[in-house]
Amino acid sequence: MSALFWTLLTPLAGGLLLALIPGTRLAARLNILISLAGFLFSIWLANAVLRQGALDNQYFYIDAFNVYLVALTNLVSFTTSVFSRTYMLHEFEIGRVSERQMRLYHASFQAFMFTMLLALTTNNLGVLWVALEGATLATVLLVSLYRTPASVEAAWKYFILCGVGIAQALFGTVLIYLAAAKVVDGPDQALLWSSLIRHATELEPTVMGIAFVFLLVGYGTKIGLVPLHNWLPDAHSEGPTPMSAVLSGLLLNVALYAVIRVKVLVDGALAGGGEHAPHLAGYLMMSFGLLSFIVAGLFLHRQRDIKRLFSYSSIEHMGLMTFAFGLGGPLATFGALLHMTVHSLTKSAIFITVGQASQLSGTQSIDHIRGVIQTQPAVGWGLLIGTLAIAGFPPFGVFTSEFLLLSATMQSLPWLTIPLLVGLGIAFAGLFRHLHPMVFGNRPEGLMPIKATVWPVVLHLALVLWLGLSIPDFLAHWFDQATILISGSGLL
Amino acid sequence: MVDFLNPADWVFVWLQTALFVLLAPLFSGWIKWLKCLLQNRRPPSLLQPYRDLLRLVRKDVLLADNASVLFRGAPYIICGCTVLAASVVPLLILHQPISAMADVIVLVGLFALARFFLALAGMDVGTAFGGMGSSREMTVSALAEPAMLMVVFTLSMVASSTNLSTLVEHGLQQQSVLRPSILFALIALIMVAIAENARIPVDNPATHLELTMIHEAMILEYSGRHLAMMELASQLKLTTYAVLIIDLFFPWGIAQSASAAGLGVAAVAIAVKLSLLGLLLALGETAVAKMRLFKVPTFLAMSFALAMIGMLSFVILESSK
Amino acid sequence: MSGFLDTYSHLTLTEQAILTLAAMVLVSSFALLAQSRVVATIRLFALQGFLLVVVTALVALDTREYHLFYSAGLTLLLKVWFVPWLLTRQARRLGILRDLDSLLRPGVVLIAAGALVIFCYSVALPIQRFAESITRDAIAISLAVVLLSMLMLITRRKAITQVVGFMSMENGLFFGAVTATQGMPMVVELGVAFDVLIAAVVFGVFFFHIRDSIESLDVDMLNQLTEVDE
Repeated sequence: MSALFWTLLTPLAGGLLLALIPGTRLAARLNILISLAGFLFSIWLANAVLRQGALDNQYFYIDAFNVYLVALTNLVSFTTSVFSRTYMLHEFEIGRVSERQMRLYHASFQAFMFTMLLALTTNNLGVLWVALEGATLATVLLVSLYRTPASVEAAWKYFILCGVGIAQALFGTVLIYLAAAKVVDGPDQALLWSSLIRHATELEPTVMGIAFVFLLVGYGTKIGLVPLHNWLPDAHSEGPTPMSAVLSGLLLNVALYAVIRVKVLVDGALAGGGEHAPHLAGYLMMSFGLLSFIVAGLFLHRQRDIKRLFSYSSIEHMGLMTFAFGLGGPLATFGALLHMTVHSLTKSAIFITVGQASQLSGTQSIDHIRGVIQTQPAVGWGLLIGTLAIAGFPPFGVFTSEFLLLSATMQSLPWLTIPLLVGLGIAFAGLFRHLHPMVFGNRPEGLMPIKATVWPVVLHLALVLWLGLSIPDFLAHWFDQATILISGSGLL
Repeated sequence: MVDFLNPADWVFVWLQTALFVLLAPLFSGWIKWLKCLLQNRRPPSLLQPYRDLLRLVRKDVLLADNASVLFRGAPYIICGCTVLAASVVPLLILHQPISAMADVIVLVGLFALARFFLALAGMDVGTAFGGMGSSREMTVSALAEPAMLMVVFTLSMVASSTNLSTLVEHGLQQQSVLRPSILFALIALIMVAIAENARIPVDNPATHLELTMIHEAMILEYSGRHLAMMELASQLKLTTYAVLIIDLFFPWGIAQSASAAGLGVAAVAIAVKLSLLGLLLALGETAVAKMRLFKVPTFLAMSFALAMIGMLSFVILESSK
Repeated sequence: MSGFLDTYSHLTLTEQAILTLAAMVLVSSFALLAQSRVVATIRLFALQGFLLVVVTALVALDTREYHLFYSAGLTLLLKVWFVPWLLTRQARRLGILRDLDSLLRPGVVLIAAGALVIFCYSVALPIQRFAESITRDAIAISLAVVLLSMLMLITRRKAITQVVGFMSMENGLFFGAVTATQGMPMVVELGVAFDVLIAAVVFGVFFFHIRDSIESLDVDMLNQLTEVDE
């Protein structure tokens, strides 16, 4: 319990502290320290949960599923904060951001972490909504940090679209409350996930079905599911790159987490209701996921901005995960959980190298980034290997998880493996036609290497490689426990 | 139910209609009187409209050279339609023999017929004003009629009937009910009535200012008894709308059978309610300025929207279980 | 002829008043959709908030769920006073208080709005069957307010009127929570109110960013980011 307290308090207090501290360099260092502390606390928390089992009280509910996301979130937040120090100080030195904006940036970074951790750990579906809306609010001013017309536009789109989308989710939450008020004793209990799951079979199936549609549309906007994805490439491409890394690597996961939590409830409610399709939630998620997967893959081909390119790749992978969670069953769920992890690690690593590559070339335009590997080999190799990993090359972890997902699809719905394979091919081609000239092309004259922190990228990619070669025992058990929680039965 | 062949009942119908026609100039005189008082002018006598009508009837009819039969026939048709419409609306008693045809849609249809001939007559002589008035009148009515029908539908959904007597009776039975649908229908009907009767803020009945006239422009060419009939028709139409609003929304006091006491109460009630309504109208017309012609469609779209919301809120909020 | 008397007339006067006010909330949504002047839009939004406060208070009285009075007070403070005040202030400072933001095709929008309400009704119909509260019929209205606000967001071009639409959507959700379930748990309501507060402040800051970057508050001019090649 105290581990949880410290895990949540660290980013909250850190955010407040960073809002008050004027020194930019000091704040950047403190940001790293706070993130590191948060990461250590989350390891402590994970350890406690794995030893003592799920934590369940009036306010928080932590089981194997979300504690692993908490740890992942804190890990990526820590490495990103390390990258962010050199990156943002470079932006500060070339005068793109002022000292006040730097302060805003650092405070918002921690506030954003806090909202995500709150969303992950809370037991209350209403608070989950509040935290996810809070995550939007914490990041919207970061997206417009550079104050260019394009960035203001991106932030406005992000704000309005996510706000509108997530409003639907609140309506869905009200409907769940409505369905729960009858079967759960006490209105205070009626939104607690832990008590809802105990009464899942008694919940009114019709109301839960409608509620799920609203929740999927609402949180799906945040996941970036097509056709609700419009804000995502803009927000990723116009904000500062560390922000893109955490948005892609973490926020999308948290939104997906919210959908899965609700799906488990809805599955329980629909399982008994005769006239209703018992897999309504799964089918909806599968169709949204598959659509996002294919459409985003196609959009990869026509991108001109390197950050937009990889944000479409994020949509594609989130689509794949949504599809897999919708498919259900232990194998698909295990694969999807693994995919969540490796995607987070890889995508944040890629955004880190992308940020360095565009600082190096002074532009985000794909046509003007050329020969990165000659200018600064570390960045070039990072970008190349990261992209190989995200495209699903063996022996990286993404290959393993995609392989698991394909096998699961083959088992239950064999015909769907065809669009999945085609989609993977399209995405692969889309990434590499742009990547090749950027990494290997003719290097423009006069480009100088920049100061870049390389080890976060190395760490992430090493982890992904490790997960691809062999999943360590404790992690496999961990995933398996989460799989049991989500799909009902384990894999191991 | 009523015996359709009972002559005594038909006498009541005739008497009531006659009363209606006689009352109409008084009602419009009352409004004029109040408006003069409110605007610090010396009011004319309440009987002034009667005198005006008499004076017009005594005068010769002057016809334009190119006036057709239509021009001469229109006043009779318009006046007839309006009287027929008035006879359908219960003034004092419900369930008369004529209430079998006393359908709200018939009422709307009768007014539409009168308006059709009015517009034709306006164009018949071929003066610029007449044509302009007709075109404006048709514009306004094309927008007002859907709103009016929407109100009718809302009311008839509430009472499950389009028969006026049934509607009124339904209103009588649930006096203290606060219904959103009725509330919105009332507001919408008042707005329609204002537009249909060419009152402020849609049109100004007291003006002959060229650019703003609607109704007056169409009857500029009339004189003598033709004009008297036209005037009477428009006064009667105003009174009919007023009585309709009272019947549908504030029906308390109306007699359900022909007893002397009931009739007395009904007469007092309708007199009080009509004078109050006239007062409200006069107050409104004094307080509000006439709007620009281009704004009229917005005004009527508002009334249509209100009526539509009234109907929707009946379906959503009131009709279930 | 007692067949006329349906169940509606058996409701108590408070309940009838709640439903009538619910319909008036819907009207206010329509009015927001049609209103073109910025200052009038903000006032209408405040009025809608006030209607919500009255509804909430009446529901609290009717169901004896007195914690709803806190929600009503919170709404009064936030949606009737603070947000309209902030929006008016920012609009005045930006000099757009008297501006117009008129609809392009009011007729089409009106028809679309009517169709949306019918759609909401059909969505809410199965839910209403399972709700026990007397105000369950208003669930469709709350959904309609949410969707009409979305329509307002789509049809408006000024940032400030879009924000009013955004906030009005929140009104619809709050209304849904009050009528369907007699409010949410207090912690959630406080959280949502906090989010609204922060959102209002962020929006207030944002107007200046937009104006500084495109020298206008017409969000139609925010059109650089697109997937369509020029």
